[in-house]
Amino acid sequence: MSKLIINAVGPATSVQDAGRHGTQRYGLPPSGAMDPLALAAGNALLGNAAFAAAIEIGPLGASFTARGALRVALSGAQRPADISGRPLPHNSSVTLADGDVLTLGVARGGVFSYLALEGGIKGELMFGSLAVNARAGLGSPYPRPLQPGDEIAASFARELPDQSIDLPVQSEQPIRVVLGPQHDEFGDAVQAFLDAEWRVSAASDRMGYRLEGESIPHLHGHNVVSDGTVNGSIQIPGNGLPIVLMPDRGTTGGYPKIATVITADLSRLAQTQAGRGFRFKAVTMAEAQAEYRAMAKLLRGLPGLVRAARSSWLDLEALHRANVAGIAVSAFDG
Amino acid sequence: MVAPLSPPRILPSGDAAITVEFGREIDQRASERVLQLDRALSEAPITGVSETVPTYRSLLVHYDPEQIGFDELGERLTALAQAETPSTAASIRHWRIPVCYGGEYGVDLDDVATSLGLSPEEVVRRHAAGDYRVAMIGFTPGWSYLSGLDPSLTMPRRQSPRLLTPAGTISIGGVQAGVQCLPGPSGWHLLGRTPVRTYQLHRDPIFLLEPGDIVRFFAIDARQFAEQDAAAERGAVVAELVA
Repeated sequence: MSKLIINAVGPATSVQDAGRHGTQRYGLPPSGAMDPLALAAGNALLGNAAFAAAIEIGPLGASFTARGALRVALSGAQRPADISGRPLPHNSSVTLADGDVLTLGVARGGVFSYLALEGGIKGELMFGSLAVNARAGLGSPYPRPLQPGDEIAASFARELPDQSIDLPVQSEQPIRVVLGPQHDEFGDAVQAFLDAEWRVSAASDRMGYRLEGESIPHLHGHNVVSDGTVNGSIQIPGNGLPIVLMPDRGTTGGYPKIATVITADLSRLAQTQAGRGFRFKAVTMAEAQAEYRAMAKLLRGLPGLVRAARSSWLDLEALHRANVAGIAVSAFDG
Repeated sequence: MVAPLSPPRILPSGDAAITVEFGREIDQRASERVLQLDRALSEAPITGVSETVPTYRSLLVHYDPEQIGFDELGERLTALAQAETPSTAASIRHWRIPVCYGGEYGVDLDDVATSLGLSPEEVVRRHAAGDYRVAMIGFTPGWSYLSGLDPSLTMPRRQSPRLLTPAGTISIGGVQAGVQCLPGPSGWHLLGRTPVRTYQLHRDPIFLLEPGDIVRFFAIDARQFAEQDAAAERGAVVAELVA
């Protein structure tokens, strides 16, 4: 079976899918893709199930070698990408020939990219998921972030043509939240939280995004009796600086939660680069759930947005920029 | 007539989860109502509810907003939380969990005894005499928070949490007692260690304890600990399920 060999990889690169569900009552978080929409777009390009497992690639670069021919798709954060010298367009699928080297640069305008494999990744499901949770020793084929030398095998191939996908342009609007469950622990400071400009701290990871900005004071201290958390819970710890909980979060937490990011904006928050400023905006439950339904509809409609690739070797401008036209054409024909 | 149960607070945890809150502090009555609602939901599932997470004071209910809206689910959970349900005591599981107390296994036992004005033996006796309830499992996989600690063993948490405490740590903090599975940070007082793995991959079951289970502890010595720890490493449950 065809596979990808990892030559080089940065931190925070791991196999992820929709995550595992039904285990939070035992203290095991769902894990799963930080940007589910981007994962689903990559899978749509390959005819895979929407949340088939793919390689979630952190902000730094990575390099892979194909063993056997296999089709892959790249989605999520944009970054320079080439296959043995010819460019791989963003949000596109392409066939790698045996020995091809896929080189990915540093993410631009986002954090996480997804490299999906036709047929999905071969591995052993635990609680219905291959998603890596290193602390719990879970994930397959490796229960940890990827390292050089690792091998990721495709489950099967069905030989679709090269394709690309046109996604709706991401909005630059504030990240929307539903207030609560414990915004009554903050009084007037709720408004300060909504008025403030926040930046994602570099000390952020798949457990939580730490935010920098003006400290938010508590009315009654920062300890509450622990209760359950969700993806997007915004905790305010003792120092007053919010932590937005992400898929590898603790399933329970003892800091008051001022608000919760709406599901439809979780992907956009996850792709917000460290240091970049943004604001929150409170919306009603009705609006949040309408956005949830719109997002679910978009996810279901992704296969319909896929079209035949504008072949990179005919994109003369791109080839000119890359200055590899001759190689690309011969590689494609060969 | 029995007075009707007070309604819980229905709090939004975003657009796909509801926190059903029965209290704001750790109290036995709130915990029992949380576990009762959790059990009622598992016996009569509501379409659209995907998973529940019991904690001391609230039940977190994850749901799919495409299948049920916030208002409807909130009303149904409120009704369910106020319904009188038949006692389910007969189906609750009782566990006996072995603990090697003190020494290198429970480095805080002597300090706890000194602080409480008791002998270490008396601390162990009171800890092992308790009937505990698994109120919640959280923080890290298998970390089981128990209610039912003897009030005379209540201790404030440590001033500075330890960054690393061993797998299987048996500890107390405030009015709570705990069974920790994986190594990790803790601000609680370490009384001993159990060879029991509450979470172990490739064992059936992977998770040993359920919220709502009853737990009692009994003392074992270092030799028994070593034997049972080796057996547990090979996949044995080690804990005793009392019929």
